[in-house]
Amino acid sequence: MSALLRVQDLKKHFPIGKDLFGRPTQVVHAVESVSFDVEKGRTLGIVGESGCGKSTTARLLMHLIEPDEGRISIRGKEFGNIGGRHPVAQLRRQMQMVFQDSYASLNPRLTIEDSIAFGPQIHGVSETLARQQARDLLDRVGLNPSVFIRRYPHELSGGQRQRVNIARALAIKPEIVILDEAVSALDKSVQAQVLNLLSDLKKEFELTYLFISHDLNVVQYISDDVMVMYLGQVVESGPVAQLYENPAHPYTRALLNSVPAQTPGQSKNYIVLEGDPPNPIAPPKGCRFHPRCQFAKAICAEKEPETVKVSGSHKAACFKLPGSVDHQTYIRLQEVSHEPRG
Amino acid sequence: MNSTTQNLSAQAFATAAETAAISRGYWATVWMRLKRDKVSVACALVLLSLVLMAVFAPLLAPYDPAQGTMLKRLSAIGTTGHWLGTDELGRDMLSRLMYGGQMSLLMGLLPVFIAFLIGTSLGLVAGFFGGWWNTLIMRTTDVFFAFPAVLLAIAISGALGAGFVNAILSLTLVFIPPIARVAESVTTSVRNLDFVDAARASGANSFTIIRVHVLGNVLGPVFIYATSLVSVCMILAAGLSFLGLGVKPPVAEWGLMLNTLRQSIYVQPWISVLPGLMIFITSLCFNLLSDGLRGAMDIKR
Repeated sequence: MSALLRVQDLKKHFPIGKDLFGRPTQVVHAVESVSFDVEKGRTLGIVGESGCGKSTTARLLMHLIEPDEGRISIRGKEFGNIGGRHPVAQLRRQMQMVFQDSYASLNPRLTIEDSIAFGPQIHGVSETLARQQARDLLDRVGLNPSVFIRRYPHELSGGQRQRVNIARALAIKPEIVILDEAVSALDKSVQAQVLNLLSDLKKEFELTYLFISHDLNVVQYISDDVMVMYLGQVVESGPVAQLYENPAHPYTRALLNSVPAQTPGQSKNYIVLEGDPPNPIAPPKGCRFHPRCQFAKAICAEKEPETVKVSGSHKAACFKLPGSVDHQTYIRLQEVSHEPRG
Repeated sequence: MNSTTQNLSAQAFATAAETAAISRGYWATVWMRLKRDKVSVACALVLLSLVLMAVFAPLLAPYDPAQGTMLKRLSAIGTTGHWLGTDELGRDMLSRLMYGGQMSLLMGLLPVFIAFLIGTSLGLVAGFFGGWWNTLIMRTTDVFFAFPAVLLAIAISGALGAGFVNAILSLTLVFIPPIARVAESVTTSVRNLDFVDAARASGANSFTIIRVHVLGNVLGPVFIYATSLVSVCMILAAGLSFLGLGVKPPVAEWGLMLNTLRQSIYVQPWISVLPGLMIFITSLCFNLLSDGLRGAMDIKR
């Protein structure tokens, strides 16, 4: 089965600080060679700690930020602002996005109805029809149209606003919806309601989701596949069950291990990652995770590990994996001793 | 028959009330909140009566503002026939204050209004497109900021020559930079909000985004700022006239009247004060109204 959305070698470097001639003095390596496929009707969860490039990836996909390199294609059609590719405007009809901040992502001066009906009108739907659709969508996301249609964003609660944002994204009738931390700002009970709503909508409108979150439980609940990012790179990806039960990359292992124990009183041996994630302005040489990795050996600081198959579609980038070309070299090397933490 | 009419009108009233309740937009809410603020209402009424007084001066004024008699120079306030006295050439003060309002209000409002249109446009372009546009527009306005407003107005007026049009022109130029700067900073902060990204993701082009999503959020704060500038503009205009760079005698204008009555301050101090009092009341009302407007437009409260 061919992928609905295919992303290949997506890359973005942000210049920071400029010299006298406007040349960047430093660059932030925000997203580095990110590739993935999403099949129709599936949900891809993207996890990673803050600053790992999850949101930048989302904005690159929508072309809200222009990618430096890479190909984004839907059903084999490649989109972009470069000549020969299909225009970004077409891409935006097939892919929509829900943002984390439910308040900032709605225009405070527009009524809920105007906000939802705005997108379709851009695409040539008549105002009457767009308004009618807005009412239907509001009803569909669980908000009574006759009550909410004339309201302003500040008159709604966070959960209600996020429902409006979902309706707004669906108004254009996209195939793919990017949910960038869409439930992270909501409290637990509302989160559950919105997640259930998302599952229902997915079935009803045959949607494909890209679910970006730092909440591992939520990702496990909603995703079919998971992709783990670290410092702008994909370190591991695969079906959710396999990846959660049998994490291959040391970073994924540490990340999953950090989820608090579900039973009160039960103690857990946490893998503690030392230090903050390294600076994306000067990412470490070799494997980007090696300064914090408890299994790091000399080769990890020298060479970047390639992505290898763990089993089936489960893939990871680490020398510890038997599939890795330099696995034998890694095995023979002495472990680098970490300084005991003070 | 009578009851039918009553019924119909009651129905019409109900429908009207319903429509009003449903379609009460942002500005209707602001208007409602402004109406509840006593200070704002009082100021608005004072300003309204001043404007009406100026507009209908030809009908209301008891005398010709330019005609005077040397015999009745500087009559005191309360003189029969001249309730607010007469000026140094024996012209009726009440009539002159009424006619003077025409020029003074015009010179206070018109430059700010033109500057509001131009400054907001410049600020929107600079703030929304950023980069090279921002540098070009904002650095140019910075040049104007290097001079104090009064000095700048006097310098431009002086260079262009005295007269009503030139005074308006110089005052407009003085008020474009501050309005552009406020518009730019508001636009920059609005541009970075997620709803602008969401609109772009919907496929809207920059023009539509500015028209639907940015303008409405920028206009409010800039409008409040502009109303607060009206009083400054009136005082500057009065200053220009005082220096002989604005309108010329015998035209009645509060600033100019203040200047010509200056010499009479020891003879009839209260009459000399009158034009200044008018300027004071008008600018105070504009300032208080702009304060009230700021409160009413803060929708999150």
